[in-house]
Amino acid sequence: MARINSSAELEEFRKDILSERDPNKPCISICAGAGCIASGASEVIAAFNAEIEKQGLKADVNTKGTGCPGFCERGPVVVIYPEEICYLQVKPEDVPEIVSQTIKEKKVVERLLYVDPNTGEKATRESDIPFYKNQERVIIGSNIKIDPKSIDDYLAIGGYSALDKALFQMTPAQVLEEVKKSNLRGRGGAGFPTGSKWEGSRNAPDEIKYVIVNADEGDPGAFMDRAVLEGNPHSVLEGLIIGAYAVGACEGYIYVRQEYPLAVENVNLAIKQAEEYGFLGKNILGSGFDFKVKVHQGAGAFVCGESTALMTALEGRAGEPRPKYIRSNIKGLWNRPSVLNNVETWANVPLIINKGADWFTQLGTESSKGTKIFSLVGKINNTGLVEVPMGMTLRDIIYKIGGGIPGGKKFKAVQTGGPSGGCIPEELLDLEVGFDELTRAGSMMGSGGMIVMDEDTCMVDVARYFLEFLTDESCGKCVPCREGIRQMLRILTNITKGKGKEGDIELLEELAETAKEAALCALGKSAPNPFLSTLKYFRDEYEAHIKEKRCPALSCKELIAFYIDPEKCRGCTTCSRKCPSEAIVGGKGLIHVIDQEKCTKCGTCFEVCPPRFRAVKKISGEPVPDPIPEEARTIVRGSKENE
Amino acid sequence: MSEIILQIDGKEVAAREGMTVLEAAREAGISIPTLCHHEKLEPYGACRLCIVELESRGSTRLVVSCLYPVEKNLVVRTRSEKVDRIRKTILELLLAHAPDAFELQDLAQEYGADRNRFEKEPSFCVHCGLCVRYCAEVKKKYAVGFVDRGTRREISFIPEIASKECWNCKECFPLCPTEALQAAFVLTKALAFPPPSSAPAQAE
Repeated sequence: MARINSSAELEEFRKDILSERDPNKPCISICAGAGCIASGASEVIAAFNAEIEKQGLKADVNTKGTGCPGFCERGPVVVIYPEEICYLQVKPEDVPEIVSQTIKEKKVVERLLYVDPNTGEKATRESDIPFYKNQERVIIGSNIKIDPKSIDDYLAIGGYSALDKALFQMTPAQVLEEVKKSNLRGRGGAGFPTGSKWEGSRNAPDEIKYVIVNADEGDPGAFMDRAVLEGNPHSVLEGLIIGAYAVGACEGYIYVRQEYPLAVENVNLAIKQAEEYGFLGKNILGSGFDFKVKVHQGAGAFVCGESTALMTALEGRAGEPRPKYIRSNIKGLWNRPSVLNNVETWANVPLIINKGADWFTQLGTESSKGTKIFSLVGKINNTGLVEVPMGMTLRDIIYKIGGGIPGGKKFKAVQTGGPSGGCIPEELLDLEVGFDELTRAGSMMGSGGMIVMDEDTCMVDVARYFLEFLTDESCGKCVPCREGIRQMLRILTNITKGKGKEGDIELLEELAETAKEAALCALGKSAPNPFLSTLKYFRDEYEAHIKEKRCPALSCKELIAFYIDPEKCRGCTTCSRKCPSEAIVGGKGLIHVIDQEKCTKCGTCFEVCPPRFRAVKKISGEPVPDPIPEEARTIVRGSKENE
Repeated sequence: MSEIILQIDGKEVAAREGMTVLEAAREAGISIPTLCHHEKLEPYGACRLCIVELESRGSTRLVVSCLYPVEKNLVVRTRSEKVDRIRKTILELLLAHAPDAFELQDLAQEYGADRNRFEKEPSFCVHCGLCVRYCAEVKKKYAVGFVDRGTRREISFIPEIASKECWNCKECFPLCPTEALQAAFVLTKALAFPPPSSAPAQAE
C-alpha cells in the first residue's frame, strides 16, 4: 500500500474501497470481543467459515470478527447485514442452520432471536432489542460494523475523515476551539474539561509536547475502554492525532495495560496500518504535520491510571504519583507539557470534529455533554456495555436497558465510579447521570463502572471489598493512604466479622478525613468514598453489625447461621446429601438438624432445599433455636399438603 | 530572583521565587513538623506531616508545605484544628509501626497523639525514604531501595551493591527517624557480606 499524500487521494481511496463493497452482499458480523470470545465466539467464527466453504458460498457472503457491541450477557452475538438480523448466544451447532436459512433462504431463525422476558415478543433487528433501543451508541455502535484489524473497514465507515478535515480545513486553534465549544469532559474519572487541558499544553512555551492515551483501565468490573480499544482502535488513534495537531505535539503514547492482550495487539496493528497509509509519521496526508505514536504496556498497577503515576511509569520508573503542585499539561512526561486523556475521551474527538460541537452539545445535560459508556454489571439481567446520553436516569439505565434485577430480588444500590466511587441507594434512582450530579450524590462518574447490587448485598462488606482492593493497589508512598486505608480495612473487616466496637464509625470517619485531605494522589484522596457513601445511605447496616452483631443482608458469614425449620422440613434428605461438610443430621422421613459446630456456612443447604418446602432459614443477630430432641424428629405423615 | 511576600501565621514573610512554603517558613523561624524532608534531597511529599492550611479568595484548602511553591499574597496557617487533627492521626498511624522512635514520640506529645490508638505492628520503618533517596541523590549508589508496594512496601539493601559500598559509608544511618534502617543493614550484612577480617581477597 502506497502512502496517501493528500486529501483528494484519501477520498479517492475511500471511494475505491466502497466501490468494491456491495452493500447488499450478506455480511455475517460475529462479536470477537473479550466477553464473546470467552463464551465461544472463536469456535462460532470458525464454524461459519467452514460452513460457508462447505455450502460453496464463499464468493457470496462475507464474515467478520468484530469488536464488542455490548450485549455480553447474551454472547456470542451475531449480526447479519444488510438486514441487521441479530442472533444471540449462538453456538457452533447453530451455524449450519443460520447459513442455510438466513443466508440462502433469507429466512429468520426464530429460536436465536431476542425474546422480551416481559412481553414474550421477539426482536429481529439489533436496534429493536430494548437493550439497544434505549441507548445512544455514537461511539460503541461502530464496533459491530468493522473488523478492528482492518483499516479499510474503518475507512469504509468514514474513518479518518475528521483528521482530513482538521488538517486541511481547520487550523490547530480552530480544532481546539471546537473541542472547547463541545464542553467535552474527560471520561477517565475527574471530568476535567478536555479543551482547557489541551489549551494549557498548547500555550506552554516548550517546543516538545506529548499526547497520551490512558488505557490503564483497572476498576473491578469495568471494561469500556477495553471494548473501544479492542473493537475500534483507529477511532482512538484518529482522536489522538487530531489532539496532537491541536496541541502541537509530535509524539504520542498509548499506555495500555498488559492484561488486555487483544487491545495491545489491535492497537499495535492499527498504528502499523496508519503508518503505512500515511495517517502517522512524517508529513501526514501531505499536510506537513508530523506525528508518531508508541505503545507502552503497563505492568498491572491500578495506581498507574493516576495521571502522574502513569507518566512516571512511562519514564521507566516505578509507577508512583508525582508529588507536585503543577498540572501535567504544563509539566508532565519528562517535564514537558503532556495531554493525557482517557480512551473514550479520545474516541469522542473525531465525532466532534466531523459533526461539530453543536451536534455534540445537543446530547447530555447542562454541564455534562455527549454520551457515556458504562459497564453495567452485578445483579442485573442484561450485563454488558451500554452507551447512553448524559442525563439519562439511573433507573432507566438499570431497568429499561439493564432489564432490572434477576431472580425477583429487590434493588438495593448501584455502585458507580469504581473503587473511588460510591454507592447510590434506591431513593436516588431518578438521579440523572452526569459528572456533577454523581459527585453531589457522594459518588462519582469515574470511568463508568456501574455495579448493581440487590437486597442480598451487605453494604459494609461492599465498603470492605473496595478498601481491600485499594489497600492492595496503593503504591505505599504516603502515610494517609498506605497506613490510613489499611487501618480502615482492618476496622471494616472486624465489623463484618462481628468484632465491631462502639466508636468504630467515628474512627473510620477520622481516618477517612485524613486520607481525603492529606493523601498524595487521587487514589488516596478518594479511597474513603466507598465507606463514606455507604455510611451516608446505609448507616443502619453499620450500626446493626456493630451493636446487634447482625448482618441485615444476611451476607456476612460470621454473623449468620443456617437453621432448618422443623415445621417445614419434610425429611427429603437433599440437604444432608449435598452438604459438603457433613454437618446435617437426618434421614428419610426425619426432621433434619444442622450441627452448628460443623457448619461452614457455605449456603448449599439453603440453595438445594426444594422451593416447595423452603425449610432452610438464614438467621442473623439472634440465637439459633435449640435442635428438637432426637425422639421428636420422626415426621408424622398426617397431611399430604406439603408433599 | 524577585521577592515574594506572603503571610504565614499572621506574620509577613519575604521569600524568593521557587521556594516552598516550608522553606519560607523555616527561614522566618516558623516551625512546621516534617519526617521525610531533608534540605539536600528533592521534596518527597510522603509523610504529609507538613500539611498546612492555605487561604485564597475566601476559601481554605490543605496542601503539603514541602512541595507547595510560595505565591504572592498567600495566606498560610501552619496550625489549625483540622491541621492538628490530621497530624495527630498520621502520627498515630506511624506509632503503630515504630512506637519507640524518639522523633515520633516528641511529635506525639505536641499533638496529643496516642501511641496505642492502632494495633501495634512493629516494623520500625515508617517509609520516609530518607535512606533510599540520600543513597540515590547524594551518594548516587542506589544501594538501598523500596521493594513491593502498598502495605507490603519495605526498604531493602541490594546485597550486590551494599557489600561494596555500604561498609565505609553508612551515612544514611543517622538520617533514619527509627532504628529500622540499621536493622535492615544488619540483616543484609549477615546474609550477604563476607566478614571483613576473615574474608579472603577474592580473585576476580
